[in-house]
Amino acid sequence: MTDLASPARPAARPAYRPRSRVVTFVTMQPLGTAGLAIILLMAFAGIFAEWVSPYDPVINDFVAMLSPPSLEHPLGTDAFGRDILSRLIYGARTALAIGFISSFVGCTLGAAVGIASAYFGGRTDLLIQRFLEILLSFPIIVLALVVVAILGRNLVLGIDVNLICAIAVPIVPRVARVIRSSALSIREMPYIDAARAAGYSAPRIIFRHMAPNVSAPYLIMLTAYVAQAILLEASLSFLGLGVSEPLPAWGLMLSGSSSDFYREAPWMILFPGLAISLAVFAFNLFGDSLRDWLDPRLKT
Amino acid sequence: MLGYIAKRIVLMIPTLLGVAVLTFFMLRVVPGDVVEVKLRADGAAVTQAVIDRERARLGLDKPLPVQFADWMKGLVTFDFGLSMWTGRPVIDEIGVRIGLTLQVAVMAALIAVLIAIPLGTISALFRDSWIDYLVRMVTIAGLAVPSFWLGMLIVLALLTLFRWSPPVTYTSFITDPVANMSQLVWPAVAVGYRYAAVVARMVRSSLIEVMQEDYIRTARAKGLFERMVVVRHALGNALLPAITVIGLEFAFLIGGLVVTEQVFNLNGIGRLFVDAVARSDFVLIQTLVMLVAFMFVSVNLVVDLLYGVLDPRIRYR
Repeated sequence: MTDLASPARPAARPAYRPRSRVVTFVTMQPLGTAGLAIILLMAFAGIFAEWVSPYDPVINDFVAMLSPPSLEHPLGTDAFGRDILSRLIYGARTALAIGFISSFVGCTLGAAVGIASAYFGGRTDLLIQRFLEILLSFPIIVLALVVVAILGRNLVLGIDVNLICAIAVPIVPRVARVIRSSALSIREMPYIDAARAAGYSAPRIIFRHMAPNVSAPYLIMLTAYVAQAILLEASLSFLGLGVSEPLPAWGLMLSGSSSDFYREAPWMILFPGLAISLAVFAFNLFGDSLRDWLDPRLKT
Repeated sequence: MLGYIAKRIVLMIPTLLGVAVLTFFMLRVVPGDVVEVKLRADGAAVTQAVIDRERARLGLDKPLPVQFADWMKGLVTFDFGLSMWTGRPVIDEIGVRIGLTLQVAVMAALIAVLIAIPLGTISALFRDSWIDYLVRMVTIAGLAVPSFWLGMLIVLALLTLFRWSPPVTYTSFITDPVANMSQLVWPAVAVGYRYAAVVARMVRSSLIEVMQEDYIRTARAKGLFERMVVVRHALGNALLPAITVIGLEFAFLIGGLVVTEQVFNLNGIGRLFVDAVARSDFVLIQTLVMLVAFMFVSVNLVVDLLYGVLDPRIRYR
């Protein structure tokens, strides 16, 4: 950290030489930038998986079964001879898509509930808070499993919508609680009084006047919960209750038969776990830096 | 104080009732009948009469509100009904497994706290030194590494080094304490890592904050040894926020065990829960959910009470 302070603190004097916000973020938050770089790299690999990955992730090759890392297969192959690196690259697509979508759904719903709770106040607020308290007395994965038990599977365009629901639901009350406390202070602002005096409807005030002002905590939690969502998706897939074969997913690669090959093929369990850890790590780093950057008071 | 405890316990009831209503009715909103799934799974042609008889045996033919009332009555009298899958009483299914899960949870908590507090303290006192960076790296990694994967790595390491693999059967502490501990210490480490990371981070940040307080300067100014300043004046205050995290994370620990038990062949509550979800065994699911919610709410109460004992500024009425 000490060597960072040396370049003459450019952010302190914006009038001196205006810099873009990207440049200031990169210089002030090197760890967050590193996290962002990892995220972008994974996103790139996931989006262009067809071109980036050396093999087809679902094609079996029984000649190359359980072969150790080599030049042909840099991370080895699994029990069906499928290339692990290719499966990791396609798995990045699954993890990031499900992680981002479910974090977005959960955080947006949570923010809406939180702002509404703060805006209406009184009995509505109390009722919503009680309800959130009930949801908060479930550990995250337990709540997700209950949702899985209720909804089962429902594939739409190759994506399990119910899995996204299961991951998003536990996020909602946690985000709602934080957003509510931010929104409570915004509610007392004169411009909200003005909007109310002008006769605007509640939805208009909530979405047009209050929502933009909680965008900082919203963005921070959106990033942080992508990490949680990826972890949760991996756990559910590992348990056989998340993503299902043949779709490549990191958690799935660790589940089932992979544990039969501890001794013969340790690469089968080593690399998928590393991928999960790296993704979660990157989102945590980026989220922390984003918090320091946008709103240092907020600590969740 | 006693009045406050009584009030808090009474306030637990609406929350738990909410959990009960929510899980019970949500589980039954979506059609899907375990009886049919189970009976047809055998491949035999099943007549409607057989299904009806099985439904009646499990009490599924009654109207929902009646079923709910029965379940509530059962909860109070510790009669949780029959598992829809095995047909055995739910309390037996839970009873044989809960000791194992609780033991791992408590061991993990102990390991985590014993490691986390010294680690966080050292990290805060030698802030921005290499040891601080090391601790921070280890703790950030702890938030990212999934506990089940850590468990797999531990199994892999033990297998390669000592040719030890997780035993299929569980040895209870009473029959053979040594075998029991050597079996359960690894899952405890696997789920305890994340726990330790969270607690250590909390101890570090709150100790750094406390060390800047006026009373620390006073303590130093009157010539106390630095060790005295830290142990007697700083640590006590710094650990208060850590206690909240220790309590909250204990509930999270049960979540971590849900997945990690699979890796170590442990037949505990987590395994039972996953099986119940996979088989849509609603009676078992709802009872386990109640159990977890009850533990969570109780842990919260204990944490709040501890706060009152440890922080003289907080008085409960």
